Amino acid sequence: MNNLYIARSSAIASRVLAGETMVMSVTDSTFFTLNEVATAIWQAADGVTPLTDIVTRSVCPEFEITPQEALTDAEEFVRELATHGILQVSEQPIPNQDAAIAGAA
Amino acid sequence: MSLMYEMNEKAFEHGVPLSVHLDVTYRCNERCVHCYLDHDDHGEMTTGEIKGILDQLAEAGTFLLTFSGGEVFLRRDFLELVAYARKLLFNVKVKTNAVMIREHEAQELRRLGVEQIQISVYSHRAEVHDAITKLPGSWARTTRAIRFLKEQGLKVTIANVLMNGNLDDHKGAQALAHDLGVTYTLDPTVSPKMDGDHSILNLRVPGSVLPTVFHDASLVGNVDEYCAAPSTPGEDILNGIPCSAGHTSCYITPYADVFPCVQFPLPSGNLRQQKFMDIWRNSSQLADVRSIRARDLTTCSGCGHVGTCSRCPGLAFMEGDMRGPSTADCEKSFYRTGLPSENMRRQGLTMPAPSPMLQLVQIAPALVQGL
Repeated sequence: MNNLYIARSSAIASRVLAGETMVMSVTDSTFFTLNEVATAIWQAADGVTPLTDIVTRSVCPEFEITPQEALTDAEEFVRELATHGILQVSEQPIPNQDAAIAGAA
Repeated sequence: MSLMYEMNEKAFEHGVPLSVHLDVTYRCNERCVHCYLDHDDHGEMTTGEIKGILDQLAEAGTFLLTFSGGEVFLRRDFLELVAYARKLLFNVKVKTNAVMIREHEAQELRRLGVEQIQISVYSHRAEVHDAITKLPGSWARTTRAIRFLKEQGLKVTIANVLMNGNLDDHKGAQALAHDLGVTYTLDPTVSPKMDGDHSILNLRVPGSVLPTVFHDASLVGNVDEYCAAPSTPGEDILNGIPCSAGHTSCYITPYADVFPCVQFPLPSGNLRQQKFMDIWRNSSQLADVRSIRARDLTTCSGCGHVGTCSRCPGLAFMEGDMRGPSTADCEKSFYRTGLPSENMRRQGLTMPAPSPMLQLVQIAPALVQGL
């Protein structure tokens, strides 16, 4: 399985509320809430850190889950968010996220 | 129960100001007859001051941010402020009259990721709209701007205020919204001016018009449900809060004053003198607002409408008592259900007084002193 890279879309609004993350697509107003595990992945989605690294560094130690189990769930999760356009998923690194978040939808 | 409702409940539980309405200016290029604002600039916040407040709001957990005015585009830095807010990942809504929005501004609002734009349109007829805004050509410019915004794929809502001057035009305005492909809202509320002047309440439509509006399924949805007689309020209703003002939402003026709501002019602190969280956590005024439960309302706690009424604590405050009734909302409850409110009963009325505005004007001087 190839490594996946994930980056938050610039066309979202987001805020953490009591451990959960609210995410809204500003293009179609779809609204999501992410639990603590999903929030950890979301916050680490910088476009350059492989998903496997995010899972092993940010998810497994924090939430006491095996890497394989976590990675399967994480891939399902990021592909679901990608279908709604709020997360970009690629087999290549996704550069320049700061500039993207500051601007274009 | 919607996800957003759940998050609002969570914000309430944790004391988070989930939603903030920020007026960036009171200056305006229109002079709407029903406007409650003073349009002179008494020292509005600088770009840096507003950005500093946005930083604080993001830190406080605010998610839903409404930029409004006055006319927001009269600030040359407005798009810079929107860009800054979006960088902080706020969900941004903009209220505007849109007369200064052309292709470039529409493209920028799209590029920056504004989620929703609310635009005031008072009629499908240019002459009626322009007579209300007192800006010749405003209808043509506003409707042209709506087309620019729609071309960019932005979500636009036309907000119409029903008043004497456009009484016969709300269906036409609704049809215009449909033709433009935008959402339509209609509100019969005309608020007193923020300086306590109640004279503009004379623009309110006569109550006899309201049943037609409240029984229009295209405006209210399920009419039977909306207009149903209220059931006896239970403990959950009586222990409930009147509205989100001061609990999960607040209002900030262009002069950095914090109020519980845009329609609730209770000065609760100033952001030029205090940090936002100091005000949000420690303001005695906000604490007073937050202490109110439906059972504490002086008249309304004994009213059958208490669980379903649109009672606005801000309008009640402007009538003289934030725990008292809001006459305009009593009137709406009556014309929605056909049942008099407790407030009306105590005055021996079986239907709203012919001119409740006169009653308000008589109360006004004391209120002006209070402000």
